[in-house]
Amino acid sequence: MANAPREIIIAKNLGFQYVGARRAAIQGIDLSIREDEFILLTGPSGCGKTSLCRCLNGLIPNFYQGEWTGELLVDGLSVTTQLTSELSRRVGYVFQNPENQLFALTVEKDIAFGPENLGLSREEIRQRVDEAMNVTGTLPLRDLAPYELSGGQQQRVALAGVLAMKPSVIVLDEPTSFLDPRTAEEVMRATDDLRRELGLTIVVVEHRLDLVARYAERIVVMDAGKIVADGDLEETLDEKFDLLAGLGVGIPRVSLLWAALRRDGLVSGKVPTRVEDAASSLGGMMSQ
Amino acid sequence: MITLEKVSFTYRSGQRALQDIDLNLEGGDFIAIMGENGAGKTTLAKHLNGLLKPSQGRVLVDGDDTRKVSVARLSRKVGLVFQNPDHLLFSETVKDEVAFGLKNFGFAPEVVHNQVIRTLEALGLSEYAETSPFLLSGGERKRVALAAILATEPDYLILDEPTIGQDYQQKERLRNFILQLYSQGKAVVMITHDVEFVAESNPKVILLSQGRIVAQGPADSVLSKDELVKKASLVRPQMSRLFGELTKYGLPSDVVDVHRARILLEEKLSEAKVRVAQNS
Repeated sequence: MANAPREIIIAKNLGFQYVGARRAAIQGIDLSIREDEFILLTGPSGCGKTSLCRCLNGLIPNFYQGEWTGELLVDGLSVTTQLTSELSRRVGYVFQNPENQLFALTVEKDIAFGPENLGLSREEIRQRVDEAMNVTGTLPLRDLAPYELSGGQQQRVALAGVLAMKPSVIVLDEPTSFLDPRTAEEVMRATDDLRRELGLTIVVVEHRLDLVARYAERIVVMDAGKIVADGDLEETLDEKFDLLAGLGVGIPRVSLLWAALRRDGLVSGKVPTRVEDAASSLGGMMSQ
Repeated sequence: MITLEKVSFTYRSGQRALQDIDLNLEGGDFIAIMGENGAGKTTLAKHLNGLLKPSQGRVLVDGDDTRKVSVARLSRKVGLVFQNPDHLLFSETVKDEVAFGLKNFGFAPEVVHNQVIRTLEALGLSEYAETSPFLLSGGERKRVALAAILATEPDYLILDEPTIGQDYQQKERLRNFILQLYSQGKAVVMITHDVEFVAESNPKVILLSQGRIVAQGPADSVLSKDELVKKASLVRPQMSRLFGELTKYGLPSDVVDVHRARILLEEKLSEAKVRVAQNS
């Protein structure tokens, strides 16, 4: 067992209904995630994906009131009995809008905020902050105020703040929505680098598959509070194309095009997710 | 008509956000303002309803200089939906939220009621009428914020990043809704990074970079030019990148949407099929 990847998140029949809500936000969730997986969590607006993420770091049930069912283990800890502070050490959360996450006067202080609250020694805090700034490329921003930064820089500072807690899992809830497409790619690449360098588990909530398809090997799709598809990203997209399209999942445009041409009987084979793959297949056919 | 004449704007910090912007906006227009983070897009939007006044140049809304009329008066004509819905929402129910602006404008209760019902329905929010906005998902809250502005039926509608947090179906619905609005003679301006949404909607695109307009024109011609798109920190739509690789087969390079891509490829692939059949 020593080298087999550990299961870091295990949900069994997990459900939650917010106080005042008419139906459960999530229900009957069975999910297990291994260490250093990169998972894309998606589904239509209101499907429960943010609620599921809130469970992972204990925001649910500790800060949101409601009715909890089932079981959730994160890094061996049961979410219902564990203190949120313990959980938030293990599961870092990067929000959609970095403005909501950054508040200190300088970048360095912002990143140090979490570790300071853990009651670590000065030396340890300093070391963690330096390391986090190093891997996220935020060292040159050290003395700037967060509001002076661009959206992409802010999101990297938010990532650094999360990393300084030395988590095992990072959840990113639509982390690039407010960023321009080039900066969005840069943030996704930086996230993937972190997984590779530090062996972190990454869960990204995103509507736009084209942005994440390059990095995520697994996709989990939710609808009406339940998981409706879970598997290898490319295979799932190919085999469950109609289901995903019907749900309004943000399928890459090349995949949509390919599926349409396949229905016309003009192409065959697996639905591609990348432009370069579609281009070479189509080119091959047209040069015949 | 909204007219911007040589508008420049400098923040008090000395940061220059807009330079020499000329722009006309009239009923039936559909414009997408695109550009990198910090290009000045939101600053430009805030000039359209008088929230910001130009440091140089002027902005005229139906002939009124925005420096000389109140924002309250302008807001009856120009509706601005911010990108972060939480800046806007505060009522206890979705219904009250959408009714708020209408009540403020002094409409009779039954007019308010009917208008609220209609708007909620159009945006797929009817089932949440009695729900607190804060129990809704981010994407749903965003639609509530949009509904609150739409209900007041402004002549000019400015949407700051309307597709953030919206799934594919919501985006389709939004696209249809926008289409309806400008075909009814309203003007719609959206600020967005969402190149795929723009590619499928085909508005006029205005590309901003560092506070200046660097290009404008139909979406397919602007978004298929690599150099321009890079300058504004965007990426070309997938169809444009695909067709960029396929020009050697006699396909055009300015394809940005799936619909046109499909028609063109159907023709080419059918020809290839016939060739293969003839040769064998």
